[in-house]
Amino acid sequence: MSGDPSETVPLRASELSVGQHLGAPIVDNLTRTRIVQYAGASGDYNPIHTDERFATEAAGYPSVFAHGMLTMGLTGSALTDLVGVDRLTEYGARFVAQVWPGDTLTGDFEITAKRRIDGHDVIDLAITVTNQDGRKVLTGSATARVDP
Amino acid sequence: MTAERFPVEAGHIMMFARAVGAEHPAYHDPDDPATAAVGGILAPPTFVQASAQFDPDYFLRPKHGEPWFGSGAEASGVERTGGGGGGSGLHAEQHFTYHKPVRPGMVLHAVTRDGETWEKHSERAGRLVFRESITEYRDESDELVVTARSVGVKTEKVVNP
Repeated sequence: MSGDPSETVPLRASELSVGQHLGAPIVDNLTRTRIVQYAGASGDYNPIHTDERFATEAAGYPSVFAHGMLTMGLTGSALTDLVGVDRLTEYGARFVAQVWPGDTLTGDFEITAKRRIDGHDVIDLAITVTNQDGRKVLTGSATARVDP
Repeated sequence: MTAERFPVEAGHIMMFARAVGAEHPAYHDPDDPATAAVGGILAPPTFVQASAQFDPDYFLRPKHGEPWFGSGAEASGVERTGGGGGGSGLHAEQHFTYHKPVRPGMVLHAVTRDGETWEKHSERAGRLVFRESITEYRDESDELVVTARSVGVKTEKVVNP
């Protein structure tokens, strides 16, 4: 999402420190079409996400809103841009507030630990995604292999 | 999510990657050196969620000739029942453990089992019932590829901002 993703340089444990924050934009002005695009690719056509009339008139929401898995997927893209596409060993998310059309999301990835598993260097990351009002929408964690 | 046969296809990976803003060449361009550097095309981290496409009974996909709860002539095509939408069911958590990369040509099978169930109470949503399910995605050699843990929540009231 930022820069040229093919130029991802492997992170090196020796150059990282616990407590370090790595930030990344997640999405700017989320569109309804993006939500529909995710519905088509994932197969989750829940009209709560794809059908404004259903969402407002039948279900009582102010509008459609993003699949939690769309927010997790967008955040995952920022994460793999950061650590590399073949480096994740764990990735988890909690959907703490809904994401609405028009939202702009920013991710914060904090290094919470550096450790070794099965002879590999790994880092643990605490993930926080906030919207344009500073409200948390997703919290999560990830573990990624890094170079020594 | 129960897909007995989930064939992983390069075109599906490309579409899914586009939808989640994943622009690395390894998600769409087999000829890019950056793709070769990671052993070929692979799937973005949340891709196995799209196994829903291969679950013949997946309830959040409209099926030809059957009623659908989204809008048509009316705001909803059927009386709301529980499950998934309609302001009562939401996805609360999702966790993945990666054992090996998901690549085109793999044929995965997914087996889901129930995990724990617990309850909470919130001012905004009333009584909350959480249900966990664990899905194991295995390849044709029955080796574990991805383990997914999903937590769904049923709320008493519609949750608005």
